[in-house]
Amino acid sequence: MSDAIDPITLAVLAGRMEQIADEMDATLFRAAFNPIIAEAHDASHGLYHAATGDTLVQGKSGLPIFVGVMSFAVKAVIDKAAEAGDLEDGDIYIFNDAHLGGTHLSDMRLVRPYFRDGTLFCYLASVGHWHDVGGAVPGNYNPSATEAFQEAFVLPPVKLARAGVLRQDIVDILMRNTRLPQSAMGDLNGQLGALDLGVRRLDELLDEYGGATVAAALDALGDRAETLMRAELAALPDGRWEAVDYLDNDGITDDALPIRVALEIAGDRLILDFEGTAPVTAGPVNIARPTAVATAYVAIKHIFPDLPANAGVMRPIEVRVPEGSLLSAEFPAPVGGYTETILRMIDVVFSAAAQAAPDRVVANAYGTINALSIAGRRADGRPWVMFSFFGGGHGGSAESDGLNHGNAPISTATIPPMEILEAAYPVMFRQWALRPDSAGAGAHRGGLGAVYEIELLEERAEAFLFGERGRFPPQGVAGGQPGATNEFRYEQVDGWHEPPLASKMLGIRMEKGQAVRLETPGGGGYGGAGSRPAEAVARDVALGYLSPDAATEAYGPAWREVDA
Amino acid sequence: MSRMIGVDVGGTFTDVFVLDEATGRAEVAKVPTTRPDQSGGFLDGIARQVADLSTIGVVVHGTTAGTNALLERKGARVGVITTEGLRDVLEMRRRDRPRTWGLRGDFEPVVPRDRRLEVPERTLADGTIRTPVDLDAVRAAAADLLESGCAAVAVLFANAYANPENEARALAALREIWPNPHVGGSAEILPEIREFERFSTAALNAYLQPEVSGYLGRLDAALRSGGFGGEFLIVQSNGGVMSTDTARRLPVRTALSGPAAGVIAAGHIARTAGFDNVITGDMGGTSFDVALIAGGQSMLSAQTSVDFGMVVRTPMIEITTIGAGGGSIAWVDRGGLLRIGPESAGSSPGPAAYGQGNTRPTVTDANVVLGRIDPDSPIGGTLDRLDVKAAGKAIDDHVGRALGLSTVEAAEAILRVANSRMAGAIRLVSIERGFDPKRFAFMPFGGGGALHAGAMLREVGIGRAIVPRYPGVTSAMGCVIADMRQDFVQTVNAPTSALDPADLRAVLQRHVDDGMALLDAATSRFERRDVVVELDMAYIGQTHTVAVPLAVTLDAGRVAAPTLAQIETAFDAAYDAAYGRLLPGGARRVMNLRTAVIGRRPKFDLTALAPTGGSIEAARGGTRPVHFGDAWHETAIYDRLALPVGAEIAGPAILVQPDTTILIEPGLSGRIDRFGNTIIEPDEA
Repeated sequence: MSDAIDPITLAVLAGRMEQIADEMDATLFRAAFNPIIAEAHDASHGLYHAATGDTLVQGKSGLPIFVGVMSFAVKAVIDKAAEAGDLEDGDIYIFNDAHLGGTHLSDMRLVRPYFRDGTLFCYLASVGHWHDVGGAVPGNYNPSATEAFQEAFVLPPVKLARAGVLRQDIVDILMRNTRLPQSAMGDLNGQLGALDLGVRRLDELLDEYGGATVAAALDALGDRAETLMRAELAALPDGRWEAVDYLDNDGITDDALPIRVALEIAGDRLILDFEGTAPVTAGPVNIARPTAVATAYVAIKHIFPDLPANAGVMRPIEVRVPEGSLLSAEFPAPVGGYTETILRMIDVVFSAAAQAAPDRVVANAYGTINALSIAGRRADGRPWVMFSFFGGGHGGSAESDGLNHGNAPISTATIPPMEILEAAYPVMFRQWALRPDSAGAGAHRGGLGAVYEIELLEERAEAFLFGERGRFPPQGVAGGQPGATNEFRYEQVDGWHEPPLASKMLGIRMEKGQAVRLETPGGGGYGGAGSRPAEAVARDVALGYLSPDAATEAYGPAWREVDA
Repeated sequence: MSRMIGVDVGGTFTDVFVLDEATGRAEVAKVPTTRPDQSGGFLDGIARQVADLSTIGVVVHGTTAGTNALLERKGARVGVITTEGLRDVLEMRRRDRPRTWGLRGDFEPVVPRDRRLEVPERTLADGTIRTPVDLDAVRAAAADLLESGCAAVAVLFANAYANPENEARALAALREIWPNPHVGGSAEILPEIREFERFSTAALNAYLQPEVSGYLGRLDAALRSGGFGGEFLIVQSNGGVMSTDTARRLPVRTALSGPAAGVIAAGHIARTAGFDNVITGDMGGTSFDVALIAGGQSMLSAQTSVDFGMVVRTPMIEITTIGAGGGSIAWVDRGGLLRIGPESAGSSPGPAAYGQGNTRPTVTDANVVLGRIDPDSPIGGTLDRLDVKAAGKAIDDHVGRALGLSTVEAAEAILRVANSRMAGAIRLVSIERGFDPKRFAFMPFGGGGALHAGAMLREVGIGRAIVPRYPGVTSAMGCVIADMRQDFVQTVNAPTSALDPADLRAVLQRHVDDGMALLDAATSRFERRDVVVELDMAYIGQTHTVAVPLAVTLDAGRVAAPTLAQIETAFDAAYDAAYGRLLPGGARRVMNLRTAVIGRRPKFDLTALAPTGGSIEAARGGTRPVHFGDAWHETAIYDRLALPVGAEIAGPAILVQPDTTILIEPGLSGRIDRFGNTIIEPDEA
């Protein structure tokens, strides 16, 4: 632990710096034009180390996955600037290259060096999911992409501003490469505003406390996070545990894709080794190495939720990502469906960790974002696209049943209200409900998934789905049972059909009065079903969470003898 | 027949504020809150001050009955009748989770699934009725719900904001057969788009209705039987009052009644004292609640979550809460960092110094060890004395030894971290919303806030603190001050290009007529009536709306229609103020129309509260050592209520009164203004 700073000043500064990052988040959420940032908070801000890019402080309200991935974005800029040797105060870099900065090409990253008295002190960064960045499909969710070029316009780190002067040329290039320049300009302005605000707040803080004290505090916070992580790991048993789970397919070829992990604890160190995971795929379920490392961080932070959000946490953890696997895809392999892959990585880390410390881990959540889009033209010719992600059940835990209809572990986004969707698009939800018999059985069962049945109210439209868990259900832990798989059906003149690739399909033609129906997975169960009290089972039946037959199959007939 | 009475029922005490309108004299009483039925303490508190209830003109009540019923899940057994396919909306929420990290926790809605029944009916988003409501199914559902013991029922139909006809027909059928008045529909309560928020508000209203209605009915009957012939009003979360009849119909509007009244009083006291911009800080046992008033207006938020998944959407005074109260526990985490809260010892067992079983140090214990709180006369009046040794031991055991600090150093450290968290909450409501705290005064109220006022000035750069004369009864005083207010909303959801000003005018006229009728029905005198109109608007494609104030004129009760040009100009001004830029050529949408109809009640003269006579010498009560920074200072103690108007006290000093302790740190001075407030400011450098 650094001795350059007293623990009380450290406690005060920790709060002040977190507040700076939080305020940057809030600034962008308010100003952003597109709902993916404004409503779903698909953005993040923080302070990063001047030499390594390590996360020093990160806002609490941004998307969880960014908490680990942003340091790679900053490192990419550090490397680029070192190569060119021309870093100046007032520079701002911009890029979306996912193979350098992680996640996918929709995420536009702005990185700004922060100078104090002529010396680089740290970096500030802002990332936000833009509504459209070119490519073959509006919104950039292209399940049939085989190269990044079909997903979006690719921008490597370039200077958006040089010494405080915005380069209009770069803005012009950006705005010419999006279908929604107005929205993109609004988001860009919001991100610039967030960075400006961060600079102002950091100036005030350094004026008040002095650069040396703040620098010492940043070092100490990293050390402290490391100490906390080591203490957590030391409290767990040593050993090696393995888990495997599968992606349905890559959207092109119908082959299951294994995601494997070996979790090894030795004293106060942890190794996560993903050896044995499937090789790079043609379709867009690959991820870049930075994304894989960041995902390990998200999984760890869910297991140890009280740890601070900085890079110190990762010092005792080694993440081994096999070369050539779909977890370390090289440019230009497509990475647009990265969410599905990282959800599965989190699932296998949970399944492995549960063998080491069952009370610290929850069972698998529903494990797919289910990007479902319906697009058509109005009678007057105007195009419309309804695009949303759908919810499912969370896993059971040592304390309670899983949450019914929650959001994905990598996100904190809420779902748009049904009435907002019905008001904006020519659709009607026949059903927006919990899905009975979808929860994994257990001492604490999983949360229920959902049923969404959406009818088209105008003449013609096309639907597409990018989902997962159509063949492999969310796993239980500590003896709990799996939840139900994802089920998607679409209505045609001759009745209901299922997609050949289970969870992914492009170009589903819909006529007026026809519907698509999505039934999302429930969460896995926690603990053996035999130890769930009969009263709790009877109550699930009384509430209609469970059908009587399913209840008896999972838990035996004892529930029939008791009152709910 | 000229007394006004404000009654605020808190967790521990019921405060009664009695104003004699003829003489301007005010009196206060504090009695223990009775539980579970708060009406005992309520009536007891009034009886202590007023022998003859027929001399009372108005009783205004800030109540936590609704808040407590929601937090403790002690509302009525409620049933829901809803659209086929949508029975689970209340349980599915907006697909959120309790905490970002950890994925733990589940959720039980206040109406379980077997009491949410579906009936055939469907209205589309444009208001078209696709399926007329099946009234036989409604009646059958009602019979089932009654059979299962439901005391209230809510009708929650899709898109009822766009056309309430199906819902209204179902309600009419229900009201013929339901055995009590506890029947409500989502569009009656909140005709606004977003089904979860509307359904949740309506369901929670039903959940509260039997309980709150019964409670207010008992109070009303008891007051009347004691000879009370005046008006009985209830404070809403928006800081305005409503009639008891309205409160019994819309109890969900009382969800934040108590704290709202405190902010109203703080705003009035500060404005009268010459400060239009004030940040209030209410420090209780477990939390520090902050609100901001700019230009005399409190900030309103559109909705709140009382608890995870329990959303109430109704305008309410925006109060930001952090878990740093007097009872918040200080601890050192495994990484060696000193933390305050979120765990709290509350008021029972309370701080270690209370000697009631808690041995972990709290913020109050740090104040005790440093001499800032007098151990021989603790505020609140339930304990005889505080145990300084126990406080010191708790600090040594849990903080001092872990950090290698002496007792006093550790106590100072606890206050530094607690103050820094409280200052963070003030920054959040001011700096982060674009307000410069230097232009604000800080008003602490509640028991503990005035101990930390100096720290807030230092940490946030606020110019001055203003401590009201009776900080412990601010909410009860706010009851007497609050205006009568009714809020209305209607979703419009139309691009400005398709907006018909005549339609908009018709909605507005209905809001104004309904609001004025409620004011007419009141016996209160109003100095003035105001109609405040806002449109929620955005550019098309944007989801976050901005509140666009719209000036409307009334001519003999008739509203003049706003023109499209007026609406678009007002939007540009509001948008530019919020984001500092406009979108040239962007098409605009009107989402909601909001109307507030306000009857301004006469404000009483706060000089009535000012001290008469007195002298600094007489108020001075000796000295005691108090620790500031790194040294003990022999500090003068004053009886606060005995200080005369105009008195100036240089720090370090402590002013004591029964319900609070005011700390004037070295480098600060306090003066008593002509209303009896204590203004604390830094000495001129």
